Amino acid sequence: MSVIYILLAISVIVAVGFFVAFILAVKSGQFDDSYTPSVRMLFEDELIKEKSNKSILTKKD
Amino acid sequence: MKHKTCFHCGLDATSANVTFDNKPFCCIGCKTVYEIFTVNDLTCYYDLQEAPGATPKEVAGKYNFLENSKIVEQLLEFNSDDTQIVNLYIPYIHCSSCIWILENLNKLHPAVSASIVNFGKKTVRVTYSAQKISLKELVILLSSIGYEPYISLEDYSVGKKKADRSLIYKLGVAGFAFGNVMFLSFPEYFEVGEFWLEKYKHLFRWLMFAYSLPVVFYSAQDYFISAYKGVRSKILNIDVPIALGAAVLFVRSSIEIILDTGSGFFDSLTGLIFFLLVGKFFQQKTYSFLSFERDYKSYFPIGITKITDEGKEESIQVYDIKKGDRLLIRSEELIPVDCVLIKGKARLDYSFVTGESKTVSKISGDKLFAGGKQVGGNIEVDVLKSIEQSYLTQLWSNDVFKKDKESSFTTLTNRISKNFTITILAIALIATGYWLLNDSSKAINVFTAVLIIACPCAIALSAPFTFGNILRILGKRKFYLKNANVIEQLAKINTIIFDKTGTITSNKDTSISYEGEVLSSSEETLLKSTLRGSNHPLSRSLYELLSENDILTLDKYQEYIGIGIEAQYNNDYIKVGSAPFVKHELEKDTLNTTVHISTNNKYKGKFTFYNAYRKGLSQLFNILKKDYDLVILSGDNEGEKENLTKLLPPKTKLLFNQKPEDKLEYIEYHQSEGANVLMVGDGLNDAGALAQSNVGIAISENVNVFSPACDAILDASKFNELANYLKISKSAIKIIKWSFLLSFIYNIIGLYFAITGQLAPVIAAILMPLSSISIVVFTTICTNIVGRKLK
Repeated sequence: MSVIYILLAISVIVAVGFFVAFILAVKSGQFDDSYTPSVRMLFEDELIKEKSNKSILTKKD
Repeated sequence: MKHKTCFHCGLDATSANVTFDNKPFCCIGCKTVYEIFTVNDLTCYYDLQEAPGATPKEVAGKYNFLENSKIVEQLLEFNSDDTQIVNLYIPYIHCSSCIWILENLNKLHPAVSASIVNFGKKTVRVTYSAQKISLKELVILLSSIGYEPYISLEDYSVGKKKADRSLIYKLGVAGFAFGNVMFLSFPEYFEVGEFWLEKYKHLFRWLMFAYSLPVVFYSAQDYFISAYKGVRSKILNIDVPIALGAAVLFVRSSIEIILDTGSGFFDSLTGLIFFLLVGKFFQQKTYSFLSFERDYKSYFPIGITKITDEGKEESIQVYDIKKGDRLLIRSEELIPVDCVLIKGKARLDYSFVTGESKTVSKISGDKLFAGGKQVGGNIEVDVLKSIEQSYLTQLWSNDVFKKDKESSFTTLTNRISKNFTITILAIALIATGYWLLNDSSKAINVFTAVLIIACPCAIALSAPFTFGNILRILGKRKFYLKNANVIEQLAKINTIIFDKTGTITSNKDTSISYEGEVLSSSEETLLKSTLRGSNHPLSRSLYELLSENDILTLDKYQEYIGIGIEAQYNNDYIKVGSAPFVKHELEKDTLNTTVHISTNNKYKGKFTFYNAYRKGLSQLFNILKKDYDLVILSGDNEGEKENLTKLLPPKTKLLFNQKPEDKLEYIEYHQSEGANVLMVGDGLNDAGALAQSNVGIAISENVNVFSPACDAILDASKFNELANYLKISKSAIKIIKWSFLLSFIYNIIGLYFAITGQLAPVIAAILMPLSSISIVVFTTICTNIVGRKLK
């Protein structure tokens, strides 16, 4: 038994692992909309910043 | 007075005098939205984008049909006890602020647990609890912040659609296999005869075979199906040589490894399919932008209020309307069927049908056609025909809408591929014949090699990439095409037919002239102050026209909807409105829209509203006349004939009083004479003509709102660019022809190796991706150069 079989088996398993990950990603809808997430990503900060600003203001009052 | 714009929607707020929080607003509606957002800590909305909002419209009663549980059931995507999911189409979604506010809906109402925006499709997917908020309340909530969802018959009949992701899966499979096969085939490219390689190459080959199976039988199946369909209907489309090439690649490679005569071409096979699918994916991405092919169903509401015999109001579905039913049409609702007005005063806006924005008044007993939008108060009507038999629906069911334009002509690619396939088969047979005579052992090798190397991957890619890029470039310039075939058709046009109203004239600005006694300056001030209070479109345009004056605070002001306004200041008394309202004897000349003025019961004169032609109209016609026959078909009377003859080049044909069927027949007749007709129109009544023509372009003042079935939508502001857009379509065809030439050169090089019987897998593996990639680069660069010239 040569080591090349083990290497090949590992390479196939790794490749199939990534492939399955891709299929699952598509299935969960990650590829349906490629624009909105890029904008949404920037928002989460906005909301927190906005909130904290408010709380600081009320404390000062 | 300082110029101010509305903090919420960006409209002119100078004359409105609504302020809140030191910020100017154009109307109470905008102010209310701002208040809602401030109370809920959502003012960030205004930081992301300046003046992002829309004025909320009055929706009272409009969504009563959402109380009907049958309709709600159909619209919901998911429905269990306390969780409901609905996907709503909101045409107004246009910027990052929209995404932000809609995804923070739960701050406005706790019953909403999640909301996710899909910006490309302009939809928001809301998860909510029906126990705490009904769908109707949710829709009203959205409307109250200016995001009114669009719920139409179309949603109702389509039901729950599932996203089609098969292409992504196929692409993923092909890419995965391509990468792995590349690794496995690499050792054999160079060091043939090395000891370790000799020992393991069989294993490598069988692994490659295993990887290529899903590619051939899953990823490539569309090509085989399409080729089979093509051959069966006796058309040699581009998929025939592709399917042939892929099949030959697979069969020959399999035989080679079974008989142990070579390593096969699995790398080329998977690469070929992968590149083709990338092209297809790119194509799908570019095209999925705009939804075309909307018919009347997209505009009509799905529910309508019926008044039962007992006098009760009841929501019913449009399809359930029967002849003789009594319906209640509320303000801002569309009339879904032909009917007779029974009660109330109808003021109908037929802009949806005719493109004409002025309202038409009807009195009880008049017949109302489907498609009008009631803008006055509530009216009651008796139904004359069911929805299928109404005038508009019948126009739509004309045969021209049933025939698929795409299948009725052969595309450039398919035309070339037909000759290409025949040529390749001929070359393959001749080469095989030659080798049979000289060295018969090589004959079958050469035959398959020719079919493999000639696989027109580059040809198949050049059209989608060129057209896709051109579509994108034109889309940026507000000219939206339905698909790539439209570009090919545009390049062939030799006759252009224009509709008049709304197409070469503008709905937005009208020119106004005054006839009668000159108004004194005090009268003019009074008139301006009077008009200020009115929201009627004619009042607004007249108000804009009058010079700046001090605004008086009127002592008395009364507006009669659909008739006119009267007002009083000190001892001056003014009446503005229709001829009977100002007690002026009925006019004979009613070709144009007029507004009459009288002060202190004395008739003064009238303002006449003329069509304003779009900017650059005569310039555009002068450019176009060199290459095209120009015709204007107008549904109106000849009132504007003189004006038009002055404005347009003398060769232009002018035809008036054309009914929608006449327009359709006119186009049909010219097509039978061999003309390729481009119809530029708007409105649903042009829809037949737009569909019949080779290319139908709809002119739209607001692309998001209006798109009847047509091949392309042109934003009204870019009307004068039409000639340039036609030129681009011609350049696109040229680019494709050049890229075909380029791929033929690659093919000739490849054929040299194939015919001489020395096609090694490594040559195929280099040549095939190289040709594909260089074609993509070539077309991308060329189209960008063309696009840059446009500026």
